[in-house]
Amino acid sequence: MAKNCANDSGVVEHEGKHDLPAVRMMAVDLLEPFSFAFFQRGLIVATLAGALCGLIGVFVVLRNMSYIGHGLSHAVFGGAALAAVLNLNYFLGAGMWGLASGLMIAQVARKRIIGADAAIGVITTASFAMGLALQARFGQAKRSIDAVLFGNVLGVFNRDIFAVLAVGIVSIAVIVLLYRRLLFTTFDPEVAGVSGVSVPRMEGVLMLLLSATILVTVRVIGVLLISALLVLPAVTARMITNSFGRMLWLSPVLGAVFGGIGMYASWYADVPSGAVIILAGTIVFIAVYSTVGVRRRARVAGLDHHGSSLRSA
Amino acid sequence: MSSPQPSDSSDLVQFDHVSCSYGGSPVVEDVDIVVRRGDFLGIVGPSGSGKTTVLRALLGSIAPVHGRIRRSPGLRLGYVPQLETVDWNFPVTVGEVVAMGRQQSKLWPTLSADEKKQISSILERLGLEGLERRHIRELSGGQQQRVFLARALMQKPDILVLDEPTAGVDVRTRHEILHVLVDLNEAPPIGDGITIVLTTHDLNGLAAHLPRLVCFNRTVIADGRPSDVLQPYFLERTYGAPMEVLLHGGMPVVLEQGGEELRERLGRRGA
Repeated sequence: MAKNCANDSGVVEHEGKHDLPAVRMMAVDLLEPFSFAFFQRGLIVATLAGALCGLIGVFVVLRNMSYIGHGLSHAVFGGAALAAVLNLNYFLGAGMWGLASGLMIAQVARKRIIGADAAIGVITTASFAMGLALQARFGQAKRSIDAVLFGNVLGVFNRDIFAVLAVGIVSIAVIVLLYRRLLFTTFDPEVAGVSGVSVPRMEGVLMLLLSATILVTVRVIGVLLISALLVLPAVTARMITNSFGRMLWLSPVLGAVFGGIGMYASWYADVPSGAVIILAGTIVFIAVYSTVGVRRRARVAGLDHHGSSLRSA
Repeated sequence: MSSPQPSDSSDLVQFDHVSCSYGGSPVVEDVDIVVRRGDFLGIVGPSGSGKTTVLRALLGSIAPVHGRIRRSPGLRLGYVPQLETVDWNFPVTVGEVVAMGRQQSKLWPTLSADEKKQISSILERLGLEGLERRHIRELSGGQQQRVFLARALMQKPDILVLDEPTAGVDVRTRHEILHVLVDLNEAPPIGDGITIVLTTHDLNGLAAHLPRLVCFNRTVIADGRPSDVLQPYFLERTYGAPMEVLLHGGMPVVLEQGGEELRERLGRRGA
């Protein structure tokens, strides 16, 4: 049995009976990656992260929050860079920074001098630029900053797995208990408010779940690709079903499949796993998109973020 | 036309010199309306006159900047929004929409046996049985309107509030919706005795049939029976355009003036 470990930049130290052979035997090969502990950890965390992003992605897509997701991941990058330079705990540093950015966005948007999307653009890209500047100035922190930028599934530690797992369990519990209220708020906020649902509280809950999800999955998938993983499983699930309830379990399942398949394929493709995970999701999306009928496609056209909705003929 | 009545136990909601705004200048001003138990009240007025704002104030989703709104204690309101405002791309089935109307304080997401029974009896009542698993877009206009009505009825409302329930539907569907509303409004044991407040643009097809009408443009212009309210004087003040009223079997029929000029201009083309 080979002993393997991965340091935090994902470089594999491998010692065993034989090194990775240049010419591989297919039969042996298919199970080969599973004998490496770092791969097992990577597979677990990619699958969990996919499922979590799929779950939260349902709300992100249906509430047109994908730009907020995109922005928050960039804000987290600035926080992560700051945490790395100051030698702070990543979750603490990036989490606080993400929270502060979220509050600032809300504050700027409330004043109505500029729109919420512009507020997100200014604050989160400023945060991102600060991260890049810190990275350039303090090169020694580069490794973990790189991990946040591009994701590093092979460099995950057990604490990353536990973090994703914890946020996942909390998210499932919250969504199950608040299911009808979250659905009502997402579908029809005005009537929900009149019917006794505290809409601001539900919106706050969704923002918290989204922020926590980005915080724990961004090191796996990467800042640059996280918003894709928040959108792909949900829009694919949307094309398959017309029911919110079914979409809510189908999307995490698809996310988990994308994460798992992408991770496994990245072993052979020798390409960063975040990229392969998104490509796997894109292939499934295209396959579903081309197989569901024109009528169903018209339905998903309404999910684009410019608000132009095609009515089915 | 305003009828100053002493407040009594049949008053469900009382608007007392109410003004509302969305931050800028008031959208509606100095509104006095009393909704009494058993009312079937229609609010008519041009686009942008603040009809929907009055409904929002009635529902409590916006607070007045001046004046006050008194509601009888424990009053339950059910709201049926304008179909135009519904997101038809949203993945919800008929059953999921109706179930949104359950009591909001319940935490467990699955429906109790009682709630399931309530849902199926409402769906049957509104002629929607068997459609639970259909997407809301797959229904006809009348069925769509009834789905949102069913959601409001789940809340066992004292007052049902509908925003433009017959906008963009054909004559048959309009009749169908009106009959459902009349059934709900009729006193028990025949009906449910639910008080109804709605807005409409349809003077002849809907408003003229109702027992009570409010002509509205930023404030109450007239309030009373259609035969009293649908008068040229009030209509011109409401719509800012001259209108003629004919009586057809005792029922007022509103005609726009200026039709001759239009006919003349278009008629010249055919000649």
